Amino acid sequence: MSELASEPRSAARTPTAPTGVGEGSPVLEPTPSQTVGPFFGYALPFPGGPDLAPAGHPDTVTVHGYVYDGEGNPIPDAILDFWQAAPDGSRTGAPGSLRVDTSSGELLGRDGVRFTGFGRVATTGDGHWALRTLPPAADAPYIAVGVFARGLLHHLYTRIYLPDAPDDALLSGLAPERRSTLRAREDATVAAGRAYRFDIRMQGDESEETVFLDFA
Amino acid sequence: MVTQQEIDKEIAELAGRVTPGGHPPRLYPPYRSSILRSPRQPLTLVTDPDAIELWTPVFGTGDVAGLDADLTVRHSGEPIGERITVSGRVTDRDGRPVRNQLVEIWQANAAGRYVHRREQHPAPLDPNFTGAGRALTDANGDYRFTTIKPGPYPWGNHVNAWRPAHIHFSLFGTAFTQRLVTQMYFPGDPLFAYDPIFQAVTDPAAQQRLIAVYDHDRSVPEYSLGFRFDIVLDGPSATYFEEDHQ
Repeated sequence: MSELASEPRSAARTPTAPTGVGEGSPVLEPTPSQTVGPFFGYALPFPGGPDLAPAGHPDTVTVHGYVYDGEGNPIPDAILDFWQAAPDGSRTGAPGSLRVDTSSGELLGRDGVRFTGFGRVATTGDGHWALRTLPPAADAPYIAVGVFARGLLHHLYTRIYLPDAPDDALLSGLAPERRSTLRAREDATVAAGRAYRFDIRMQGDESEETVFLDFA
Repeated sequence: MVTQQEIDKEIAELAGRVTPGGHPPRLYPPYRSSILRSPRQPLTLVTDPDAIELWTPVFGTGDVAGLDADLTVRHSGEPIGERITVSGRVTDRDGRPVRNQLVEIWQANAAGRYVHRREQHPAPLDPNFTGAGRALTDANGDYRFTTIKPGPYPWGNHVNAWRPAHIHFSLFGTAFTQRLVTQMYFPGDPLFAYDPIFQAVTDPAAQQRLIAVYDHDRSVPEYSLGFRFDIVLDGPSATYFEEDHQ
């Protein structure tokens, strides 16, 4: 959170019982963030995490890319959360991303039917990730991303816009060289019109570093 | 590699700084891995009340089984170590409980070893302990895990770098903007002063919010020691926008 965004909350407050509920006066100090570290691999990824699209859905698109550090080296221990509106614009999501087998306790992956809106992918040893999803709705024309990595003390948010998504309030407010960091580009080497490349650069100059978001 | 003394000096120079929400700065040089993995450009403020980030992924009873919250019953035998329960309440900053939401944890075993191939610290693996768990908060925002107390372990940040014992937590709120990944520590750990990840939270009051409280009333007689770790999620939600921004 930037200084600007957190300004209204920066005054010290006593963590007592909530008295300001609904009055816009937060009373509790938050639990600070800590890095996800390098050892999340046996805990956070789940089968089917990258497969948001229902099985065999004809509108499925692949979005993929690399996560890079400030020297352009791929980051092999990052994990990305994805969250988007359903194709009909619904923002409510649905359960069923994980699905646990109640007899064995093993995770089964998705049922291939429900669109839950949530996906999760860890980067591989070469810093690569790939997501298979449905194009987001026109009135929320992006895939929200949460970026977690060893070395990152507080996660970051960004958004992926497919090439034909309209410019919304966020994109319109950005300088062109910053805006371009949020646009996936068609990747015909994978599937023309069906695959897109989106790299996340944790650090760089204005034209390189991915735009990361702060919510007031 | 740098010495603990050099890291101590760098930690001391940054100590005491009050940060928004008590969160660590993303660039904290004593934690060497933060140097190339933190942005240099300012973050971009989003104030769109229709942002999808003000809604949140949902999880249901099909996603988590009751035993997922007991890390001691995953294998044929009992894990080695001090059996503990860790429980608490997840709320937003207004104190509203975060209900029916996913809490994920992962940790080292009692010897300080993770079940992870990159972890080659010469401490034994425990065939009866994996160290990952999941739970859904209840109608009050409460969660509860049974596990064993993790051990401290060495890491490569500098010479003689040791992490204090901790349990990793991943949480979802009532909005994606409230997402939190953090680490829970144990009271009185002598390694706090030496650890640049813990010390990256530079405000001493905020550091205290990362440390569980031993709660004798939560200890189970003849069975386990009880620790309480309440979690307050930062960030706006759709409700927040509706109430405060219209």
